[in-house]
Amino acid sequence: MSLQPLLDVRGITKMYGRRIGCADINFDLWPGEVMGIVGESGSGKSTLLNCLAGYVDVDDGQVFFDTRNEGMKDTLRMSEPERRMLSRTDWAFVHQHARDGLRMSVSAGGNVGERLMAVGARHYGNIRDEAIDWLERVEIHHSRIDDRPTAFSGGMQQRLQIARNLVTGPRLVFMDEPTGGLDVSVQARLLDLLRSLVREMGLSAIIVTHDLAVVRLLADRLMVMKDGYVVESGLTDQVLDDPQHSYTQLLVSSVLQV
Amino acid sequence: MNEYNFAYLDEQTKRMIRRAILKGLAIPGYQVPFASREMPMPYGWGTGGVQVSAATLTPNDTMKVIDQGADDTTNAISIRKFFQKTAHVEVTEVTKEASVIQTRHRIPETDLNEDQILVYQVPIPEPLRFLEPSEPETRKMHALEEYGLMHVKLYEDISRHGAIATSYAYPVKVEGRYVMDPSPIPKFDNPKMEMSAIQLFGAGREQRIYALPPYTKVVSLDFDDFPFEASKADHACELCGADNSYLDEVIVDDQGGRIFVCSDTDFCASRQQEKKGSAS
Repeated sequence: MSLQPLLDVRGITKMYGRRIGCADINFDLWPGEVMGIVGESGSGKSTLLNCLAGYVDVDDGQVFFDTRNEGMKDTLRMSEPERRMLSRTDWAFVHQHARDGLRMSVSAGGNVGERLMAVGARHYGNIRDEAIDWLERVEIHHSRIDDRPTAFSGGMQQRLQIARNLVTGPRLVFMDEPTGGLDVSVQARLLDLLRSLVREMGLSAIIVTHDLAVVRLLADRLMVMKDGYVVESGLTDQVLDDPQHSYTQLLVSSVLQV
Repeated sequence: MNEYNFAYLDEQTKRMIRRAILKGLAIPGYQVPFASREMPMPYGWGTGGVQVSAATLTPNDTMKVIDQGADDTTNAISIRKFFQKTAHVEVTEVTKEASVIQTRHRIPETDLNEDQILVYQVPIPEPLRFLEPSEPETRKMHALEEYGLMHVKLYEDISRHGAIATSYAYPVKVEGRYVMDPSPIPKFDNPKMEMSAIQLFGAGREQRIYALPPYTKVVSLDFDDFPFEASKADHACELCGADNSYLDEVIVDDQGGRIFVCSDTDFCASRQQEKKGSAS
C-alpha cells in the first residue's frame, strides 16, 4: 500500500464574477478510494468536478496527481498536451448525459476503441476484441458492437460511456451524476456495475451526485457542499447516520422513505 | 484601363498568397490560413486552386488544367481560358510540357519533374472535419498531434464494410507529423504524392493553403491488419490498353454496356498516338 494519496486537492477556489463557484476546497483521495460529493443544485459540486478535471480554469488552488512517471504533479499547471494525455489515459470522465461523452455518429465499437487508438493502437483485430470484451463487461451484448449509440436505450448509452472511459485502465474516474435521468431499476443495475468495476479494477473515483442512495452504495467518504463551501465531510456512513451540520441533517431527513 | 492585372489578382494579394505558400512549404501538411478573395467563379469551382495558380504563374509559364484527369471538361476549359485571358500564358494539354498544372481530383499518370508545380483544388481541407465539427478543437488536435480520431473513421469503415471503404480523399500523414487531406483524389493516386514536383493545395471557401515540397514523405493511414491498398477498377483501358492507369467507368448505351477508359486524357491520347505510330 502506497503512503501517498493519488490526488491531493488544496484550496481550490473558483469565482464566477463576484459570485462563488466553489471556495477553498481541500481533500485527499487515496488509491482505491471512492469520494462522494453531495449537495443541492447550485452548491458548486459540478463546478468543483470540472475544476479538478481541468475543464474550467480555477482562480486559486492546486490539484496534485500522482503521475506514473513523475510522481506528484500539479495538474492545473501542467502543459496542455500533458494534461490531455492524462485525461485520455489515467483519467476518465463520465458525464451525466451519455450524449456529452459519446460520439453519437460512431458505432459502439468505435466509441470504445477511440481511446485505444488515441494512445496508439493500430491493429483492428485487437481493438475489436478489446471492445467486445468491454461491452460484455458492461452488460451490452457483443452483437450490438456495430450499432450506433442512437439505437441504444438511456441505460445502455450510460454503460457504453463507462466502457469507453475505462478501456484504457484509468486510475481516477470523475463521475458527474452518473445515474441522473435513469429510472430506478436501471439505476440499480448501473450502480451494481459501477461498484463491481470499482472494486475489480481498484479504481479511485470522485462521484458528484444529489442522490444520497448512490453515495451510500458507492462512496467510502463523503463531502457535503452548500453555497460553494464544504460544510461537512467524513466517512459516508458516519455522515449519513450521524449528520452534524444543520444542512446535512436537512439533506438526510429530506430523503423520501418508501 | 481595360486590361486585367497579370493573372487577375492584384500584386498585393499575390504577395499575401505567396507568403502563405512559402509558409505551407516550410511546414509540410500544415494548413495556413489566408485571406481568400472573391473570384469570378463560384465556390466549389476551384477558387482556391485558381488563386494559388495566379500567385504562382509567371509570363513564361506553360499551363495545363485538368478536371478528374481530363483536359476537356467544363471546369478545366473555363479555368484554362481564364488564365489565357488574364495572364496570356501558354497553355497545353501535354503533361510533360506544362510548368504549372492545376488539377481537380487527380494526379497525372505521367511522372512530374522538379521544374513543375502541381496545384490542387481543395473543397474541405480539414481531414478531421466530419468527426469533429469544431475548428478550434481540430486546430488543437493538429497542434498536439492527437490523431486517434482519424483511425476511428477507418475503424468504422472496416466494421461496416469489411475493408477500408474510403476510396478518395484518403487521409495521409506528412513527414510523420501532420495528418492531411490530399483533396478528393482517388486513393490510387496517394502513393504518387511522394514526387519530384512541388504540390500546392488551395481551398478558397475554407481559406486555407497547404503544401508538400518535393520528395516529402507521405504515408497513407491504415491498420496493421488492414494495410493501405491503392485500388483501381480491375480492367485495362478500352482505348489504349493501359493496365496501370486509373480508369473511369463509362456507360455507352442503354443496354447496360459499359467500358473502362483512362481518366487521364493526355496519357491515354499519347498512348493511342504511339500505337498508331508503331503500327504504320
